[in-house]
Amino acid sequence: MANAKEIRTKIGSIQNTQKITKAMEMVAASKMRKAKARMQAARPYADKMHVVVSHLAQAHPEYHHAYLAEREVSRVGFIIISTDRGLCGGLNTNLFKTVVKAMGEWRDKGAEIDLCLVGSKAQSFFKRLGGNVVAHASHLGDAPALNDLIGTIKVMLDAYNEGEIDRLFLVHNEFINTMTQQAGVSQLLPVESADLEELKHYWDYIYEPDAKEVLDALMVRYIESLVYRGVVENLACEQSARMVAMKAASDNAGTLIDDLQLIYNKARQAAITQELSEIVSGAAAV
Amino acid sequence: MAMTLHVDIVSAEEEIFSGTATMVFAPAVMGEVGITPRHTPLLTRLKPGEVRVRTREGEEIFFYVSGGMLEVQPHVVTVLSDTAIRAKDLDEAAATAAKEKAEKAMADQKSDFEYAQAQIELAQALAQLSTLRKIRDHTGR
Repeated sequence: MANAKEIRTKIGSIQNTQKITKAMEMVAASKMRKAKARMQAARPYADKMHVVVSHLAQAHPEYHHAYLAEREVSRVGFIIISTDRGLCGGLNTNLFKTVVKAMGEWRDKGAEIDLCLVGSKAQSFFKRLGGNVVAHASHLGDAPALNDLIGTIKVMLDAYNEGEIDRLFLVHNEFINTMTQQAGVSQLLPVESADLEELKHYWDYIYEPDAKEVLDALMVRYIESLVYRGVVENLACEQSARMVAMKAASDNAGTLIDDLQLIYNKARQAAITQELSEIVSGAAAV
Repeated sequence: MAMTLHVDIVSAEEEIFSGTATMVFAPAVMGEVGITPRHTPLLTRLKPGEVRVRTREGEEIFFYVSGGMLEVQPHVVTVLSDTAIRAKDLDEAAATAAKEKAEKAMADQKSDFEYAQAQIELAQALAQLSTLRKIRDHTGR
């Protein structure tokens, strides 16, 4: 019966694991709902920013903001948004694969790379891989505040203003639906004119105090809102990826338990048969 | 029926208010502005202060904004509110903190790291306090 007992303990421990993964799945599901709502909530601001920036960029051809001008690339910056915690399937791995590929392409062109990391998974990855990390933010929690990102973004914007980097990219997971997340690299700076909306007919704002100052303030906020959106979207991705991964884990635990149960039953039956035949042969001997 | 404006007050993190109004007051950098329907397009920065929305029923709703941008179209007013108190030195402190955090995180010395974190938080808190004081002196509140 030793064998049967061993199997029973194993089943018990797998059942415990299954309970944990099930609980995590449910937690992730409810957090995902909240993260999605937060993603929606951030949208009006970003959309409005986009419209105003598009307008400003086109209404003022004489004032060319540094964020709109293309320049020769000798150094690029990446803002990489990862999760703080693991157990979310291949989410981070896919992201890092995309990043390393994009970085490789720029290295081939002879550009150097500065990194700005959000999330502790990116930090541990690049600590192993190496790379010039200039700014870092982590443990933003389930409700990330823009406040915690301002400094991190400013490091990169300052570097761009001072000409240390000539291009800035944002890398994060895009939320397509609950089952699918796509790692994507998008260009933050210079702002691509293709991204901007076409001006239908010419009109202009009154600016207070003046166009230049308003545009300067607006551009920084525009970039910040894009990064913030990336962070919030990545969070929704994290939760949904975790939900899916935990569901798969619970299902796997279920099949494992079924298999073990079968083996256990067989072992138990074999033991009973053996015992019976022992008794019968014992009785025959007497 | 009185002419109305559509007002949206949004921050990067959430939508704060959306509705119709007959007049909107906002603390622009060059003085408070009152916006009525058919105002000419205007774009201005906001100081920390109160945004007042006068609804059709004549009641006023107050919102505190810690700065931001105001965009006016003839029938739409949008307040792009900042979520945080922004000032050059405050942003600078945050940037330094992010840089230091990166250096510390890469070196990874746990105890030092926590000490530095505390130091940074202290510096930030002090910087924020000074801004608050400045704002209070400025608005006389």
